[in-house]
Amino acid sequence: MVEKEKVRASGVNVFYGQKQALFDVDLVIAEKHVTALIGPSGCGKSTFLRCLNRMNDVIPDCRVEGTITLDGKDIYAPAIDVVALRARVGMVFQKPNPFPKSIYDNVAYGPRLHGLARDRATLDKIVEDSLARAGLWVEVKDRLREPGTGLSGGQQQRLCIARTIAISPEVILMDEPCSALDPIATARIEELIDELRENFTIVIVTHSMQQAARVSQHTAFFHLGRLIEHGATDNLFTRPRDERTQGYITGRFG
Amino acid sequence: MNNLAARHRAEQRFRLYGILAILGALAALTFLIGTIVVGGIDAFRKTVVALDIALPAVTSQNRDSVDFEGMAKMALRELVPPAPSREQQRKLNALLSTAAGDDVAARATGEPHRARVWVRASSSLDQYIKGNEAGRLDPAQRDAVTLLQKQGRIATRFNTEFFTEGDSRSPEQAGILSALVGSLYAVGIAMVLSLPLGICAAIYLEEFARRGRVTDFLEVNINNLAAIPSILYGLLGLAVFLNFFGLPRSSPLVGGLVLALMTLPAVIVTTRASLRTVPPSIREAAYGIGASRWQVVLHHVLPLSVPGIMTGAILGMARALGETAPLLLIGMVAFIADVPRGPLSPSTALPIQVYLWANAAERGFAELSSACIMVLLLVMLVLNAAAILIRKRFERQW
Repeated sequence: MVEKEKVRASGVNVFYGQKQALFDVDLVIAEKHVTALIGPSGCGKSTFLRCLNRMNDVIPDCRVEGTITLDGKDIYAPAIDVVALRARVGMVFQKPNPFPKSIYDNVAYGPRLHGLARDRATLDKIVEDSLARAGLWVEVKDRLREPGTGLSGGQQQRLCIARTIAISPEVILMDEPCSALDPIATARIEELIDELRENFTIVIVTHSMQQAARVSQHTAFFHLGRLIEHGATDNLFTRPRDERTQGYITGRFG
Repeated sequence: MNNLAARHRAEQRFRLYGILAILGALAALTFLIGTIVVGGIDAFRKTVVALDIALPAVTSQNRDSVDFEGMAKMALRELVPPAPSREQQRKLNALLSTAAGDDVAARATGEPHRARVWVRASSSLDQYIKGNEAGRLDPAQRDAVTLLQKQGRIATRFNTEFFTEGDSRSPEQAGILSALVGSLYAVGIAMVLSLPLGICAAIYLEEFARRGRVTDFLEVNINNLAAIPSILYGLLGLAVFLNFFGLPRSSPLVGGLVLALMTLPAVIVTTRASLRTVPPSIREAAYGIGASRWQVVLHHVLPLSVPGIMTGAILGMARALGETAPLLLIGMVAFIADVPRGPLSPSTALPIQVYLWANAAERGFAELSSACIMVLLLVMLVLNAAAILIRKRFERQW
């Protein structure tokens, strides 16, 4: 399979006020692959993820240096509209965060926002497709008008994934999407990620090395704000080059 | 574990204090409301006297020239044994309200006819019947009243005039309508101005403004303004709205402007607090889908903080409705007999009316004052209930 570059980060430094959170990160993310970002807490992997759709913009005092390109275009260039960027780079968060609206409205919110559906029938179609791709359609098709907050944790997270894919992004960022879920719900989400890989480029932050090994083709290991090592998941887990990577994946620290 | 018993005793003690505190507060509240109700309930009844009067034919042309009050007095004189002196006739007349003529006039039609008309009693007779002030009637008057009572000519009715009239020099003719209308105008204007301004200011400060020296300075000052004694807003209103802009004195418009200034900081503070309670996860979710800042606020943050904003609005409205001090300074403390026709005509407000009547000497005004408090509380309850209903509609769980 030919790997095509989707996102390229070069020389990325991130500061929160005086404190530097990321040091000179260079990473290429391949199209239609799953890239896992692993590392101990506070290593900057979530910070890096949030640079990719400029979610850090909302945080006061946060400063990003270096360049990040999406399909070769700098996403921090002045001409880039952050709203349009986030329509191309969607995000799923650690804690399931459906809007306190109906299941239907949760999924329809993005398409409505970006004017993706001209009429009601198209919108219905988008909602159904998105829920189906998130593996939730069968469970909720008779209760689309019920609040999304009434679903179980795992269902809520799949609803959030449906909400993200409803706007047909090119890249989906997932920030520890399974950390609040039980093992069964986690397994469902992991299957889902594997299916979504066909159409989307996925970057996932995870604390579970087993999860990284199961779902990703590429893995990047962060430590203390630096990208220590990255490469094909199989290689990284079986033959780590750096001793810190070795230490982390064998559970000696982290 | 030898201190376990002591810990349980401490909890028991604290519970006891709590219950005592609640009982104390309840007792105080019951006493307060009880006093007001006992003192004011009589104001909702009025004493009326039945008179048999030969009514002349009355048309719209001659209505003003007919002496209905004289007819009422004549009819009363016919009922009791002829009074020897003018002085005693005058005392007899004093049993009827000066508005008795209006009650007679209301019954007159185009055809002359004889009718039994119930006319309003004067305040002294009214208070005598209600058992409040026996000393105000002299023996001759009391004999006349006893005679009328024997004939079944004295009764009490519901005092509709209390709700349909403005203030009056005679307690039996005084009503709260002008004060109520004035209050509603002033509070309405205050809310229409301070809610949108306050909410917009709060949204800007909380969601859009960059944190810095300027916003810190503003924040400190807004918090200070929320705590400023209200009479200072009255002085400000006097200086700015009356003296500088030359707006009409005593008008509910100026009252509303002053009350708006007064409630504005409170609205901003409570709105900001409730915007802050919206969980960041909701904002992130919306940003993550590509909502703009304004869309995040309009679609998610604002609807979720409506309950909190409404609470602030209720508190602000209740305070504005009960506020007296700033209105005193802009001249809303006046004797206003006419119901204000608009926000520019002179008017007073309910709490001011309470103050005016509580200061009046006649016994009849004392019960009016208490009754006015009851109406004020009722208006407050109704407005609060409306606001709570709106709040309930927007309350969601996440």
